[in-house]
Amino acid sequence: MISIKRRSIGDIIADVIIYALLTLIAVVMVIPFIYVIAASFATEREIQTRPIFFIPEEPTLEAYKTVFDMNGMGTTVLRSLLISLCVTGVGTFINLFFTATMAYGLSRQNLIGKKPLLNMVLFTMVFGGGMIPLFLVVKGLGLYDTYAALILPGCISAYNMLIVRNFFLELPRELEEAASIDGCSDIGIFAKIALPLSLPCLATFGLFYAVGHWNNYFGALLYLNDPKKFPFQLVLRNLVMQTAETSTSIDELPPTDTLKMAVIVIGTVPILCVYPFLQKHFAAGVMVGAVKG
Amino acid sequence: MAKAKKIALSAEEKAAVKEKRWAQIKRDKWMYLLLLPGFLYFIIFKIVPMWGILIAFKDYGATSKFFGAAFTRDWVGFGNFKSFFLDSSFLQLLRNTLIISGMNIIFFFPLPIILALLLNEMKVQWYKKVIQTLVYVPHFVSMVVIASITFMLVKTPSSPTQSGGALFEIVKGLTGKEMNALGGGFAIYWVLLIQNIWKETGWGTIIFLAALAGVDVEQYEAAIVDGANRFQQLIYITLPAILGTIVTMFILRMGSVLDTGFEQIILMQNTLNREKSETFDTYVYQYGRVEGNYGYSTAVGLFKSIISIICIQTANRLAKKAGQDGLF
Repeated sequence: MISIKRRSIGDIIADVIIYALLTLIAVVMVIPFIYVIAASFATEREIQTRPIFFIPEEPTLEAYKTVFDMNGMGTTVLRSLLISLCVTGVGTFINLFFTATMAYGLSRQNLIGKKPLLNMVLFTMVFGGGMIPLFLVVKGLGLYDTYAALILPGCISAYNMLIVRNFFLELPRELEEAASIDGCSDIGIFAKIALPLSLPCLATFGLFYAVGHWNNYFGALLYLNDPKKFPFQLVLRNLVMQTAETSTSIDELPPTDTLKMAVIVIGTVPILCVYPFLQKHFAAGVMVGAVKG
Repeated sequence: MAKAKKIALSAEEKAAVKEKRWAQIKRDKWMYLLLLPGFLYFIIFKIVPMWGILIAFKDYGATSKFFGAAFTRDWVGFGNFKSFFLDSSFLQLLRNTLIISGMNIIFFFPLPIILALLLNEMKVQWYKKVIQTLVYVPHFVSMVVIASITFMLVKTPSSPTQSGGALFEIVKGLTGKEMNALGGGFAIYWVLLIQNIWKETGWGTIIFLAALAGVDVEQYEAAIVDGANRFQQLIYITLPAILGTIVTMFILRMGSVLDTGFEQIILMQNTLNREKSETFDTYVYQYGRVEGNYGYSTAVGLFKSIISIICIQTANRLAKKAGQDGLF
């Protein structure tokens, strides 16, 4: 009863403003997506004559037909999608393996040598050799123009690793002790107890890593040379940049805007598919305090 | 393990301690095996590149040997740094970097806080969830896609019968000017800022929402009994509760002033706006990776790294002085 009486006029007005404002913000966030989808089904003429629209006047599948035309750009697009898929899958697995094993190792109390190792990790978070020395190392290892160059140089995010370590630190010690008394080795405890218990946490970081791989174009730009090896994002970038540099005319260059939009839709759909599974774990991934320790 | 005991250790006891340590290492052997892959990763891809800092002091070209860098004689001392500081582009890079960072701190930084406070005021939980879902999405969209959409929105019409992008038309409608956003004017900075706002505002709320979730509900109840209205509750309860998080985030942001969204800028850069959009990172990429001028670009990168580490340390110290938890 009290709560009903308390709602003053000012309260209601404030609520209306807050809800309206937030709805507006959400709409602004979503508009570009709707425009891209609409434009991918529109004719090139419509894109060039209407500044923005959400329902194409003459819907057409022309753009998608061109994108998947096996005699034209279809092979490039499909190949790059396949490459991205493989790099994302293998890369994420390697990310998780390296991250989890190291995080677990660093979560052991009184491990001799743990402190210097932790300090080294923290140091690399604030200082690094920079882009060019890393490039030279990758080249020196013979990884230039290989897919390993897209996966290995970033296979642990120190930040993620420290958060996973925090998670391991919070696991009840008694479980490990009991397993150890039963004759389980440390690796056994890791594989049979720690890993299964931290599955939700690892799934979250797995998805973060996966999105990172899928969206990464710069690694490919830096480390790959052969256009046949380019992952999807780099192919998309090259497609878009072709006209961006010479944006004054559309007549001579093949990739039309509607085509680009279709490629964007194809490349963004996978992310939007995993997104719902990701969402409930977001908060775990951004805990700044976890880095301490 | 007490320190006082250490002094009184005899040789025998020392040997015993040594043996105990050795036994401990043996006991933990599997742990070391688990640590090995990560350890190797950090050594190879994080520590070894620091060796490459040597080449900042060398006349190092595309054909030089990386691991042999210490033994060749092409040292140039601080020559690379000197030519960078004397180059006219140095001030230009500094200026561009500070403008981009400054605009982000002034205009972008408060937005996630405001959005988090607004979301916190929402009492209809399902609607709040829907809004959150929608505002988080852009964070997961790749920079290439964002760049592509931007090109569409700001494009100039290629003939009078055609229309420009939505943003172009809006600016034209409001000011009457035909703006080429990527054509070398100041507008590039607004484009970069808006991209960043669109992509990261929603995601940035998470940390503040986590802090807001920790506020004791009883405080609000007590305030209501005392007759505080919603605005007063915001000022006296909610804001103080997340002030720590805000200060920490702000100081951390100040610590990375020289970091500009580098993949973002490289995508938006073209020959027309390079003068305005070139920052330290893009410059390193251009001179090092594209033109093969490794020694010089490493020197530029090293300069930036050192300034960054100073900024981070200072910011961390300030955070602690302000009574906040620092990062280290």
